[in-house]
Amino acid sequence: MDIGKSMKSNEMFVYKLNKTRNKAVDWLWKLVLYMLVSGISFVILYPLFRRVSMAFKDPSDIYNPTIYMVPVHFTLDNLKHAMEVMNYFPILGNTLVFVAAMTLLQAGSCALAGYGFARYVFPGSNLLFMLVVLTILIPVNTLMVPMYLHFRNFDVLNILSLFTGKDGVNLLNTYWPFVITSATANGLKSGLYIYIFRQFFKGLPKEIEEAALIDGAGFYKTFLRIMMPNAIPAIMTVMLFAFVWQYNDTFYSSLFMSGGDLISIKIASLPADVNQFLPGILGLGSNAEMRADPNHVAMIVDTGILLAIAPLILMYLFVQRYFVESVERTGVVG
Amino acid sequence: MNVKKMTLMQKRALVGLSFVLPWLLGFIFLFATPLLQSVQFSMSKLSVAPGGYSLDFIGLENFKQALYVDANFNRILTESVATMVWNVPMILFFSLFSAVMLNQHFKGRTAARAIFFLPVILASGAIASAETAGLISMTGSSEVAKELGQMQSGFDTMGLVMMLDSTGFPEWFIDYIVDGTVRIYEIIRSSGVQILIFLAALQSVPPAMYEVAKMEGATGYESFWKITFPMVSPLILTNIIYTIIDSFTNSPVTQTIYETAFSSQDFGLSAAMSWLYTLVVAIVLVVIGVLVSRKVFYYN
Repeated sequence: MDIGKSMKSNEMFVYKLNKTRNKAVDWLWKLVLYMLVSGISFVILYPLFRRVSMAFKDPSDIYNPTIYMVPVHFTLDNLKHAMEVMNYFPILGNTLVFVAAMTLLQAGSCALAGYGFARYVFPGSNLLFMLVVLTILIPVNTLMVPMYLHFRNFDVLNILSLFTGKDGVNLLNTYWPFVITSATANGLKSGLYIYIFRQFFKGLPKEIEEAALIDGAGFYKTFLRIMMPNAIPAIMTVMLFAFVWQYNDTFYSSLFMSGGDLISIKIASLPADVNQFLPGILGLGSNAEMRADPNHVAMIVDTGILLAIAPLILMYLFVQRYFVESVERTGVVG
Repeated sequence: MNVKKMTLMQKRALVGLSFVLPWLLGFIFLFATPLLQSVQFSMSKLSVAPGGYSLDFIGLENFKQALYVDANFNRILTESVATMVWNVPMILFFSLFSAVMLNQHFKGRTAARAIFFLPVILASGAIASAETAGLISMTGSSEVAKELGQMQSGFDTMGLVMMLDSTGFPEWFIDYIVDGTVRIYEIIRSSGVQILIFLAALQSVPPAMYEVAKMEGATGYESFWKITFPMVSPLILTNIIYTIIDSFTNSPVTQTIYETAFSSQDFGLSAAMSWLYTLVVAIVLVVIGVLVSRKVFYYN
C-alpha cells in the first residue's frame, strides 16, 4: 500500500516534469522562431526603411551623426527633385500601361499554348513541349544579337521587300518588339508561364470539357467559356509574375528600347542623371563643371528608387496573399 | 476540304496544333531562327551595313579570340560560374530553412510571409545597378564602392569567425558560413521564388504522415529528415535549376557579352562568348541534374 502510493506520486512527478520540459522546449522554440523571423524580416525591410528615411530627410541632416533613421528636419524636396529628374508621373503612367498590356498579351498567348500542350496530342507535341523547356533553359544573351538585328530590320520571310521592294522596318525604340514577342508567347520568361499553364490545365478534370463538348460547345468555345474561368488561379499567378518581372526588366528594355520612357531604364541611368541635373535644379547654375554634394545625390537616387518601387509595393499590399495561394493552387509543384 | 472524313483524333490533333500555333510561330521566328543565326554569327565577322549586315565566314576565330586573346573573358567566365556554384547551396539552404519556418504556426505568420516574398517583387537588376552606380559616383572608385556596400549591409563578423574557429570546423566551411552571413541580403534577395516553391511543396505533404510519425515517437528533427526532406526533394532539383537560370540575367558575363556587342560593336565575338557561356552553364546543369536526380525521392 505504502509502496504503491509512493510509486504513484513518483509517476505524477515524472509526468509533471515531462510536461514542464515539453512546455519549456515549446517556448524556447517559439522564441528562437520569432528571433529568426524578425531578424530576417529586418534584413529584408532595412533597405526600404533606409530609403523612406532618406526620402524625407532634409539635406542639412546628412552630416548629423546622431540621426538614425528618423530625420530631425522633414522635407518633401527630395521627392520633388527626384520626380523632376525622372519625369516621374508621365513615365510611370507610360510604364504601367505598357506593362499591363504586355502582361495581358503574355497571359493570353501562354494560356493558349499551355492548354494546347496539356490537352491535345498531335504529332510531335511532346517534342515541341521539350522545346518550350529549352526556351526556359537557354540564356537570353545567346539570342540577343540576332534578335537585335532582326528587329532593327524587321521583315518576316522577306514578305515586305517582296511587295514593296524596300528593306525591312526598324522596330527598335518602338513597342513592337515587346508586342510581337509577348503575343507569340516568346517574351520575357514565357516558357515558364507556358509550363505553369500546362501543369494547371493537366490538373483539371477532363469531364468538364467532355460535358461542354456533348452540350454542343466547339473546341474554342470550350476553351474560352469553360476552361479560362476555371483557370483563374493560374491566370492570377502568371499575371502577377509577368507584371512584376516586366516592370523590373532591364535586359529586354535596354536591348529594344534603350532610349525608352520606361521606369526600369530611367532607374538604371538615375545616378548619372541626378549628377547631371541636380545642380541645375538646385539653382547652382548649369555649368557642366558644377557638382552637387555626392551625399545629396545619393539621397535623391535613393528617393528615386523608392519612387520607382512604390507602385509595386502598393500593388503587393493588396495582392500578397494571392502569391502563396496561387503557387499552391496552380500545382507548379506537383 | 474533306473535313468530314477526318477522324476525331485527327480533328483534335489539328485543333491542338491551332492552340499551339501562336507559340510555334514565335518559336520558329523569334527563337529557333535567332538561335541558328547566333551560331552562324559566332563563326563569322559581322559588319553592320546600311539596311542590314554582311557576314564573312572566319571559322572558329571568334572562339579563339574569346578564349585566348581577350584579356578578361576567361576570368569573368570562371569567376561567374564559380560564384553561381558557390551561391546555389546557400540559396537552397536559406530558402528551405525559411520555408520550413514559415510553414510553422505562429502569430503574425501572414505578415512574415508577406515580408519574405517582398524580394520577389523588389529583386530588380535596375535597382541593384543604380545602387552600385550611385556608390561608385560617390566614391569615385568601384573598389571602394564595393567595400562601402559591404559595410553598409555591415555586420561585424569577427565574433562569428572566432566562435566558429573554436568549434573546429574545417576552414573552408567557416569561410563559407561567414561569406554567407556577410552577403545575407544578397542571398535573401535572390531566394524569394525558391521559398515560394518550397513552401508550396511543404504544404502538399499529407499531414497524416506527420501524425503517424508522432504517434510512433519520432521527434521533430527525425520527422524533418525522414518525411519533410524526402517529400520536398524533387523541388530541390527544380530550385537548383531555377537558381542557376536566374543568375543568368544579372551576371558579369552577361554584362560583358552585352558590352562586346553594343559598345565595341563586335557582334561575332559576342555571339561566340554567349555560346561559350551557354555551353559551360549547360555542362553545370547536366552534372548537377544527374547528381541530384539520383538522390531525389519521388513519392508517386
